[in-house]
Amino acid sequence: MITALIRRLVEMLFVMFGISVMVFLIFFATPGSDPAARIAGRNASQETVAQVRLDFGFDKPLPVQYGLMMKRLFVDQDLKSFVNRGQNVVPQVIEATPVTLSLVFGAAVLWVLGGLAVGVVAAAVQGSLLDKGLMVLALIGVSMPVFWFGEVMNLITQARLHDTWMFSWVPALGYKPLTTAPWEWFKTLVIPWITLAVLYIGIYGRVLRANLVEAYQEDFIRTARAKGLSPMRVMLRHALRVSLIPFITMFGLDFGVLVGGSALLTEVVFGLNGIGHLTYTALLNLDLPMILATVIYAAFFVVLANAVVDVLYIFIDPRMREA
Amino acid sequence: MIPDTASPLIEARALSKRFTIGKTFMPGSGKQVHAVNEVSLTVSAGETVGLVGESGSGKSTLGRCLTRLYQPSGGQLLFEGVDITDATMSELLPYRRKMQMIFQDPSASLNPRRPVRELIGEPLRVHKIRPTAEIGERIEELMGLVGLPVEYLDRYPHEFSGGQRQRIGIARALAMEPRLIVADEPVSALDVSVQAQIVNLFADLRDRLNLTYVFIAHDLGVVRQVSTRVVVMYLGTIVESGETESLFAAPAHPYTEALLSAIPRMTASGPRIMLEGDLPSPIDPPRGCVFSTRCPRATALCRETRPALTARPDGRQVACHTPIGA
Amino acid sequence: MANPDQPALLEVEQLKVSFATDRGRVTAINDVSFRIDEGEFVAIVGESGSGKTVSLLSILGLTDPRTTSVEGAAHFRGKPILGLKDSALRKIRGKEIAFIPQDPLTAMTPVHTIGWQIVEQIRTHQSISAAAARRRAVELLDEVGLPNPEAAFGRYPHQLSGGMRQRAVIAMALSCNPALLIADEPTTALDVTVQAQVLELLKRLRRDHGSAIVLITHDMGVVAEVADRVMVMYAGRVVERGTAREVFAAPQHPYTWGLIASIPPVDGPRPHRLPSIAGTPPTPANIPAGCGFAPRCPHRFAACDSLPPRLPRDGHGAFCHLDEATRARLAAAPETAR
Repeated sequence: MITALIRRLVEMLFVMFGISVMVFLIFFATPGSDPAARIAGRNASQETVAQVRLDFGFDKPLPVQYGLMMKRLFVDQDLKSFVNRGQNVVPQVIEATPVTLSLVFGAAVLWVLGGLAVGVVAAAVQGSLLDKGLMVLALIGVSMPVFWFGEVMNLITQARLHDTWMFSWVPALGYKPLTTAPWEWFKTLVIPWITLAVLYIGIYGRVLRANLVEAYQEDFIRTARAKGLSPMRVMLRHALRVSLIPFITMFGLDFGVLVGGSALLTEVVFGLNGIGHLTYTALLNLDLPMILATVIYAAFFVVLANAVVDVLYIFIDPRMREA
Repeated sequence: MIPDTASPLIEARALSKRFTIGKTFMPGSGKQVHAVNEVSLTVSAGETVGLVGESGSGKSTLGRCLTRLYQPSGGQLLFEGVDITDATMSELLPYRRKMQMIFQDPSASLNPRRPVRELIGEPLRVHKIRPTAEIGERIEELMGLVGLPVEYLDRYPHEFSGGQRQRIGIARALAMEPRLIVADEPVSALDVSVQAQIVNLFADLRDRLNLTYVFIAHDLGVVRQVSTRVVVMYLGTIVESGETESLFAAPAHPYTEALLSAIPRMTASGPRIMLEGDLPSPIDPPRGCVFSTRCPRATALCRETRPALTARPDGRQVACHTPIGA
Repeated sequence: MANPDQPALLEVEQLKVSFATDRGRVTAINDVSFRIDEGEFVAIVGESGSGKTVSLLSILGLTDPRTTSVEGAAHFRGKPILGLKDSALRKIRGKEIAFIPQDPLTAMTPVHTIGWQIVEQIRTHQSISAAAARRRAVELLDEVGLPNPEAAFGRYPHQLSGGMRQRAVIAMALSCNPALLIADEPTTALDVTVQAQVLELLKRLRRDHGSAIVLITHDMGVVAEVADRVMVMYAGRVVERGTAREVFAAPQHPYTWGLIASIPPVDGPRPHRLPSIAGTPPTPANIPAGCGFAPRCPHRFAACDSLPPRLPRDGHGAFCHLDEATRARLAAAPETAR
């Protein structure tokens, strides 16, 4: 089991390395384009371009270029944005990270709990009116565009009903750091959490229900019932345990992608300056150093989340331990 | 039908198949499973060779190596005297037609959205076995051969019972006009009353079409019924082979004896030889005789040295240091 | 074996099971009655779709109540169990009547250890400490012949071989000392040498524990090896029943004749062709109104369009229109004799 874990971690490092090489090649070694000119930004003078070429070693072989770039990014951390001149890239990413992490973590807690509840209840009363009702609600949750739902939430909590007892506690849009003002942090994020989670509760609830219904066709469920176990125990200790595997797979992918910047729409609607926001601005301005940093950052979280999922598999499913 | 004089149709010479499991890109990872270990087997035209053994014996893997569905890891494979061990896909093409495989569950190979007419006609068209004008006639002929009414041609696979689906599977294999059919547990998924029909069908087709079979099954009664010669496998090797009735009447290898005695019978039979334990792991097979860990007759020699498969005057081959009745 | 004075362990009367399908209601089991006495070894033989498994699952309340309706009566030790509330039935299931499923790989929850699953069953029915339940589980694993039971306790189902898994499932079924064990094709997924071991184990357990065993199987050879009494099922009905000796010595139903004859022998003369039963068994949706076997029966006559007379309650009998004289004549004929 320990070897399986170690192997998984080593593989993760390999994948990270592969991604960084690929991103580097796409941005800096695409034939027919001068990376120095692209880093220097639009309308840069000849001297700036020459300076950049020297700084980044673009006259040297590719592996050296790659090494220099990674050194700048991770070791010296002095890779500078060329749009906001002089701004280091890494601190900006570091500054945006807690915002996105706070948003996605909180939403993830909500959607995991909500998804489990919806899936388990619906599967337990499969075919009943409650089951059908829950599935319709879940479908509505999946169908609502997040930006629209976010704006509606804002309209209600910031404007229409803001002055009533119900939503007067909701602070103005924006992010409050957890470390300095935990209660404010919580209050500003509750509405964004719910907004982001609704979609995923719908998806996870529906998928979990389908998996549970399928699990109930399995022989081992019949055995569990033949043992005289209570329906609750059959559901939670047998059916759910087995159905969690696809649930966790999905969670790993979604979580990684969201932390990597895909919560952009929610961030924009609620005025949270997170990674999604940062990536979006960098792309608009073709800010190559910033794009490089955010892409590697996003890749890191996707790979990390998947590695965590694989480790979880090993705990949840003993069949994975030997493989 | 006399194996000794007929020419070998397919011949395996020290054929091996190893699988690697648990391999990642990390060096040193992965284990070798010796699914088939240096098996030599000659099947002459007109013979039906029954391949028996329990799960893990390598009988299915050997069957798939014979039809080159698997690439053997070692040894030689000759079909009609031509070495096809390392033949490429295109070199294999003419032989693929001549050796067909039939599986336990035919449903998996029958496209559920196609009527039987198309399922059977497809190989005829793809391999241009018959001119287009004759295809319709040939399909009806094939249906007749496997005992399905022509009226069923426009039905879909799900409308058939298990036995009928196996008949469709056989018709598809026959469409290629093969010389050799390797059948892997073709009747084990069927009900007993239907199983007998399909066993009889195999026998009829062999006589009418001059087919050669390699018949893989775990059911010894079925194998005895269809085979002219039986090959008993254990842990990837052949432990005994011989003419069917004499092998069943007087097994020479202790494993064959135990296997036969384990079959539940409706009539009273002699005392049962109860084998202890399970098959050893094919990842780490015993050093001496493969059966030595469970053999009631095993000696120190058996645990040290693996006995070679040796032929007796009567054609029986046994791999045992202390065969029964010797 | 059946002793009418003693109360039966399990008595089933006129069991009828029907399913709701897309094409309406189909009756899978019709008019099935039987009794099992304490300590008996009874085999139910039949092909797929004959209803042999469904009949017992429905008695245990293990069929899906939304699609399945179960009618008739079943008494366990004199108490009615059919239509009992699930909570009351759960006290019998796993404790008094245990179930041994067919394929032990799919029949055990893959994510829990063997030991965990046995302890779970023990502690569901008995209020004993976890440590005591654990000791009992290890004892059971030892009893069914798992080498190194302590280690086996912590193994997951996929880590054991098929035979060892089946032993573990049997240990679990035995954990509450049930009066009745229902084994659904317990050896079908196993190799013959392992099958012989497991059948031997079942016979020994009956001796040691005195549990009655109902063995559901399609293999006549297995029946002959172990059973005291036999019920042959076809198309949702019991077509023949009697002691194993009676049924094998003088089978009465043409289906039983065909079933026995179609098994390729492993000794004696090799038949040129296997006697086979023409056609295929009906699915529950197309069971004929009269005798279910009539469409495949070589001896059918006009009367077979109607239902044959009911089986006698006791003794050897067949659900068939043929009179005794005709039956004796046919059974003596070379194509049906064996």
